[in-house]
Amino acid sequence: MDFELSEEQVLLKDSVDRFVQDNYSPDDRLKLSQTELGFSRDHWKTMAELGWLGMAFPEEVGGFGGGAVETMIMMESMGRGLVLEPFVSTVLLGGALIAEAGSEEQIESIIPSVIEGQTMLAFAYAEPQSRFNLNDVETTASKSGDGYVLNGTKSVVYHGGTADKIVISARTSGESRDADGISLFVVDREAAGMDVRAYRTVDGQRAADIRLENVSVGADALLGAEGAAAPVIEKITDRAIGALCAEAVGAMAAANDITNEYLKTRKQFGIPIGKFQVLQHRMVDMYMEAEQSKSMSDMAAMKLDLGYENDTKRAVSAAKSQIGKACKFVGQQSVQLHGGMGMTDEYSIGHYFKRLSTIEMLFGNTDYHLNRFSALS
Amino acid sequence: MDLSFTDEELAFQAEVRDFLEKNLPADVKDRYERGLHFTKEGQVRWQRILNEKGWLAPGWPVEYGGTGWTATQKYIFSQELGRASAPPPIPFGINMVGPVIYTFGNQEQKDLYLPRILNSDDWWCQGYSEPGSGSDLASLQTKAVRDGDDYIVNGQKIWTSHAQHADMIFCLVRTDSNVKQQEGISFLLIDMKTPGITLKPIIGLDTEHTLNEVFFDDVRVPVKNRIGEENKGWTYAKFLLGNERTSIARISQSKLKVKKLRDIAASQRVSGGLLQDDADFMRKLNQIDVDLMALEYTELRMLSRIQKGEPLTAEPSMLKIKGSDIQQALTELSVEALGLYGAAYESQEIREGRNDQNFAPDYANGPMAEHLYLRAASIYGGSNEIQRNIISKMVLGL
Repeated sequence: MDFELSEEQVLLKDSVDRFVQDNYSPDDRLKLSQTELGFSRDHWKTMAELGWLGMAFPEEVGGFGGGAVETMIMMESMGRGLVLEPFVSTVLLGGALIAEAGSEEQIESIIPSVIEGQTMLAFAYAEPQSRFNLNDVETTASKSGDGYVLNGTKSVVYHGGTADKIVISARTSGESRDADGISLFVVDREAAGMDVRAYRTVDGQRAADIRLENVSVGADALLGAEGAAAPVIEKITDRAIGALCAEAVGAMAAANDITNEYLKTRKQFGIPIGKFQVLQHRMVDMYMEAEQSKSMSDMAAMKLDLGYENDTKRAVSAAKSQIGKACKFVGQQSVQLHGGMGMTDEYSIGHYFKRLSTIEMLFGNTDYHLNRFSALS
Repeated sequence: MDLSFTDEELAFQAEVRDFLEKNLPADVKDRYERGLHFTKEGQVRWQRILNEKGWLAPGWPVEYGGTGWTATQKYIFSQELGRASAPPPIPFGINMVGPVIYTFGNQEQKDLYLPRILNSDDWWCQGYSEPGSGSDLASLQTKAVRDGDDYIVNGQKIWTSHAQHADMIFCLVRTDSNVKQQEGISFLLIDMKTPGITLKPIIGLDTEHTLNEVFFDDVRVPVKNRIGEENKGWTYAKFLLGNERTSIARISQSKLKVKKLRDIAASQRVSGGLLQDDADFMRKLNQIDVDLMALEYTELRMLSRIQKGEPLTAEPSMLKIKGSDIQQALTELSVEALGLYGAAYESQEIREGRNDQNFAPDYANGPMAEHLYLRAASIYGGSNEIQRNIISKMVLGL
């Protein structure tokens, strides 16, 4: 057993930490989140040059062969700065799905370009009725000649407005909510029939709702075997959840540091408010939640690297539900301890609160994962 | 002990219900129901409708334009407002400065300001908090120095809700720095158009403009705009805070939200069923409903004591703590009801506060805005930590 980082891992962590320190002051982040694009293409280029965009891909598809632990290290550091670039959407979701399920041809035509920072991806899985059930897919893909025609609605597709290609889950057979019969397609965002409506999200990022109206794709758009995508989606989603957990750990650590500092400097009744016992105990509870979260995130990453068994799924759900609870507590109390300052958009703490709140809901909220944990036990 | 309403009270309830049904403007109701910020025009229009009926300020004495209702009638009225999705009046005039003016003001002040409050001619805001004095309100620094018939005011207020709409601000200012903090404060009514006053918007977590900073730079305020005696302002301030704490429990609004959430749960399609089939979600909703019931009956017990002439001490602090806890739990659950669509929030400036252009349900935008905005409920009006201090000191003697 070893929770310590290897030398290479320490170097990776230092390099992401430095990037965050240099580019993600609260002011920088706020300004970037308010631009039309919502992130920086220059940063994306830097991330590609530093090799981060290839880190999570296996060597056989041209990546650096890093595992969930490397991803965890990067995401934790990015969480500290609330990094806005579409790393999860492009690399950990879209890219990972293609690397996992794609044909040699698909991998070769897309993954190198992702690693170089040329192609951005997104994953459209949720639908208005699906809530957190990945198998609740009503979007259809019907055979048509050599290819397929897609129809349906996809909701809250993170970075769907800026991705070059979007991986879309659609039903090729079966009843709504059957695990069998779900397929994945790689579709150009600008393909005819794609009605992509982008908007800002509460956590300062960008998402899109997508209506597919008779979107025609060739047979080469199908990712993996027809009708057999559910296990792939579950696996890649679980890895993304592991990454989000790590992001949350970084964000919580930063939120706690900022709040702790505030307690030491803000004076009321002639003394720093950190001298009040009620606030000390609250801060201690926040610290403990963050530490418990770090343990769960590390555990989930290590288990994800050991393989993908029932036990791994349980570990991911356990981590997500514990961290979801912690996200809410740390986020809300950080705002509370800042008083009015915490309520302003200009000050950084609220942005941590907002991102932590969305992480709690993404890919299933606390209740959802506690239930999944219980069902898998 | 008797919980039932008399025939007269039931008739009164029917009258209120009927009035609200016929007179509450649909647009005002719609915004309020969806948890969106009001428009000034809509709010004023609605307050004038209530005032015309004589129902804008049920708590005021009859001689100043109140209703003369019993505590039970006031309770029924506020419940009916909630039931009808009718926004309550903006509190700064009606619940805060109005009672200070008719209790401590002179005749001239009563004659001038009270009718204008009732007719919504003046929109008031509250100049209490300062950058250095949040919970420690008495440490405020804004100075008022006497110069003939005027005070010259210099300083800064912060967290001033809706100041951008305001015609008047009631302010706590320091008129004596050489005495115990609480003994050197005066209570001034200041016209927002006076030269030297500037506003700076504070954009909130919800990315809406509700809060402001207010700067005073050599602002001349006539001495006749002072309430009561010089340096006795703390007495009036505390009186006002007591009223504020009761009104920010927002019980009838929370009841409305419970009902709305039950409607959503019964109609929101979720993974092959309805949201109301989700046992976790419903358990949380029912827990809040029970907590709210406990709060409501606590409020009724207090009303009954007031009706018997027994004074309250720190009990309003309890209403504030529990009321804000419940409001926050409710807005959190409203966001949870949306699933992933909780993330798809954009502020009013960007898209009129609606999600229509996306494929989310029509009510998708309000909950997140309100969830973010109401994180302040456990902060404003004296943070919940401070309220607990008050209860431990005044009720428990600790």
